[in-house]
Amino acid sequence: MGDAVLRAEGVVAGYVPDLPILKAVDLAVRRASVTVIIGPNGAGKSTLIKTIAGLVPLSSGRIIHDGADISRIRPDRLAAQGIAYVPQMDNIFRTLTIRQNLDLALRRAGAEAAGRLEDLYARFPPLADKRNEKAGALSGGQRQFLAVAMALAARPSLILMDEPSAGLSPKAAQEVLECARGLTEQGVTILLVEQNVKQALRLADHCYILAEGRNQLDGSAADLLSDPVVGEIYLGARRKGAA
Amino acid sequence: MIGFISYAVFFSTVASILAIAVLGLNLQWGFTGLFNGGVVAFFGAGAYGTLILGGTPQADHLGGFGLIYPLALAGGAAVAGLLAWVVGILTLRLRQDYLAIATFGIAVTFENVMRNAEALSGGAKGFRGFERPLRDLFGDGFGYNLAFFCFVLALLVGVFLFLERLVRSPFGRLLRAIREDEDAARSLGKSPARVRLVSFVTGSVIIGLAGGLYATFYAFISPQDVLPTLTFQIWAMLIVGGAGNNRGAVFGAFLIWGGWTSSGWALSRFAPVEAQLYTGSIQYILIGSIIVTMLLWRPQGLLPERLVISQAGQPRKPRTTGSMT
Amino acid sequence: MIQNLADGILVGSVLSLGAIGLTLVMHMLRFANFSHAELLSIGAYAALVFDAVFAAILPPLAAKIGPLSMTWALALALLAAIAITGASALLIDRLVFRRVRSKGSELSMVFASFGVAMIVRNVTGLLFGLGTQLYSRDIVFAVVVSRDPLLLIKPDQVFVLAAALLVMVALHLVLTRTTLGFALRAVAENPTLAQVNGVNLGRMIALVWVLGGGLAAIAGVFYGLTNQISPMIGRDLVLPVFAATIVGGIGSVYGAVLGGFIVGVAANVALAVLPSGYSPSVPFLIILAVLLVRPNGLFGEARA
Ligand SMILES: Nc1ncnc2c1ncn2[C@@H]1O[C@H](COP(=O)(O)OP(=O)(O)O)[C@@H](O)[C@H]1O
Ligand SMILES: [Mg+2]
Repeated sequence: MGDAVLRAEGVVAGYVPDLPILKAVDLAVRRASVTVIIGPNGAGKSTLIKTIAGLVPLSSGRIIHDGADISRIRPDRLAAQGIAYVPQMDNIFRTLTIRQNLDLALRRAGAEAAGRLEDLYARFPPLADKRNEKAGALSGGQRQFLAVAMALAARPSLILMDEPSAGLSPKAAQEVLECARGLTEQGVTILLVEQNVKQALRLADHCYILAEGRNQLDGSAADLLSDPVVGEIYLGARRKGAA
Repeated sequence: MIGFISYAVFFSTVASILAIAVLGLNLQWGFTGLFNGGVVAFFGAGAYGTLILGGTPQADHLGGFGLIYPLALAGGAAVAGLLAWVVGILTLRLRQDYLAIATFGIAVTFENVMRNAEALSGGAKGFRGFERPLRDLFGDGFGYNLAFFCFVLALLVGVFLFLERLVRSPFGRLLRAIREDEDAARSLGKSPARVRLVSFVTGSVIIGLAGGLYATFYAFISPQDVLPTLTFQIWAMLIVGGAGNNRGAVFGAFLIWGGWTSSGWALSRFAPVEAQLYTGSIQYILIGSIIVTMLLWRPQGLLPERLVISQAGQPRKPRTTGSMT
Repeated sequence: MIQNLADGILVGSVLSLGAIGLTLVMHMLRFANFSHAELLSIGAYAALVFDAVFAAILPPLAAKIGPLSMTWALALALLAAIAITGASALLIDRLVFRRVRSKGSELSMVFASFGVAMIVRNVTGLLFGLGTQLYSRDIVFAVVVSRDPLLLIKPDQVFVLAAALLVMVALHLVLTRTTLGFALRAVAENPTLAQVNGVNLGRMIALVWVLGGGLAAIAGVFYGLTNQISPMIGRDLVLPVFAATIVGGIGSVYGAVLGGFIVGVAANVALAVLPSGYSPSVPFLIILAVLLVRPNGLFGEARA
């Protein structure tokens, strides 16, 4: 993968000194692709995403984005450099209105802000309808769309998403994932964590499996989807077979 | 020489009394993580309580119950405990900083009420009319002071041993567990609010005991003795000595009280006369600087808490620091 | 009684200004700052110094503004005091709070603020003396608004109230109409998410201190204009200002405004019932009442 837009090399990181959650993680993400990270609970998937977003300090290794080392760069600077991050929970400001959430996300857009705001409303009509309501009042799916809209506001080249479909109805989950897929056609790169393994693998290009802070396996999504071992562990194939 | 010894006894008595108060605060802050911003209210409650219960009859205000001394002292400590119970019920289930604000408020209010409620406390003139216990036996001079010092020292040792035992008991482990990780403690089926209340009241009873001894020693208490600055002094003693370590608490009390009295002496002796008025200000700047410096330089104090490994082989889970750095 | 009410509203406006800054700091930095009221003191004294300086440099400035006891020099000094106090708040954060924050828990910050309060208060005493001072020795006569019931109001009081309300409206507009205001509120709600959305956290914290300090300076000068200036301003106002934030709910600017007026009015009206010596106890009683009835205040949200 020569044209990887994002690379993690030997990343060791954690929340407190001397207690690494990520023990050795390598990753390469191709431009304009969807890459999915799966793994058991507590594997460190969220931690990896947060580390890339600049929220968790590395104790060794590095993260390269567009050829530059971004391992020590503050999150707000990374956001300005076109790396957007959609957290798993609490990913919108409940006490602000939808409009205010979006205005905040568009703060650096200058003269383009008004146009982009209209684009976002056009893309997510429910948000336009409720623009003056407090974001805390939105339903789960709408919240997730607002979070994605905020991420898109800065016209990022790379979007990191942590379980964007968690807690959503199957329909809403599918919509969110398809929305992510659609973005790659505009050249945006997507790295996402998913619990909905089957759904995610169908739509992803590449997949990493993480456990206990280390890489376990990686390959093209199609290969993994048909891999019997992966199928057994992550897709419940055996249970289905036994039934 | 006798002058020196007599001063040493005087100094050690006051330092030991304060050390008892610091031990009470250590139970609250050091072992349970409760921020008592109004130590002086509980100290004062013990002091006024003891004098009112044990004093001779008073013409113009409450008092003169003439209880025998041990009962008066225990009664004073109980008054402090009662006050703590009321404050604790109201605030311990809320955000931590509410306790800090509420206790600070009760200290301001306590001083204000003692200054104004003449019928209760003698008002700004203070409370006199207290017969020092066993005065017939020891007289009024050095002998009495020495005997009283021994009494205070015995109580200090008693409180120290009691607390050492308490913090090593299952209840003590529970306190630390709640301090470190309230949710985990809750998941074990313990009610953090109740455990906190017990610790807060116990600590305040100990602080009230110190107040009772203080009032006994001077046979007098007035609103001037219960100013919020005493809270600072007691806190400084604990922080310098080392929160979570009972030895540290006692050590800090002697160290800071020594520094306080000697700085006062040095200022009164060497500072120009015009500056004498500002002795207090300078001392408070010093103590404020000590507090801030300790927090920056050595927040664990001079004698830090010895880490108690709570589960075999597992280091204590470090508190995650906020992201607001 | 009606006089108490009028006086209470005036004190309330001062408390409100102090409480807005405190509630922002408490909400965003998550600690009870016992040194906040000292910022009022810094502001009051800074204005005292600059008032004298400006009046000396340009004597015409010493003229009064209309019926007020405030002079043009003092009005300029107020601006200088805002700058000085904002800078002091920032400096204290850099020297103490930021360092403690990176090391210890939130309660270490509470304790550090005790130490800071003690240092600021006593350094002020050393620099300016322990006695009380006034911006102006001239007596400004109160206007009799009504004889029965008797109601006397000084022009200064009307000015202070109007100016305080103006400041609050301006702040309201910033918080509800500008992206800077959204960023401040965003940091208060979820600092991590704010960062991810491109907000520079360090700069917002600095802004909160400067804002809190500036508002405290205004409060301090207004307090000095209607009372006396002494190094004990901080000691006397710390509890009322805390009471105002708790009544309003920690983190709520509007709550702080309302809380300030409630505490101011309650403390003054209580004087009609209680002997005057007890007025320092009133804020505590208000705190207790709020904690009993509505622990998160009028507008506050529960937070762990
Ligand atoms: N803020 C945090 N502070 C300390 N430890 C954390 C924090 N967040 C997660 N962890 C720990 O890091 C490990 C990995 O968590 P996470 O990355 O969230 O896993 P995943 O997303 O794969 O389920 C877990 O053991 C978790 O307890
Ligand atoms: Mg996760």
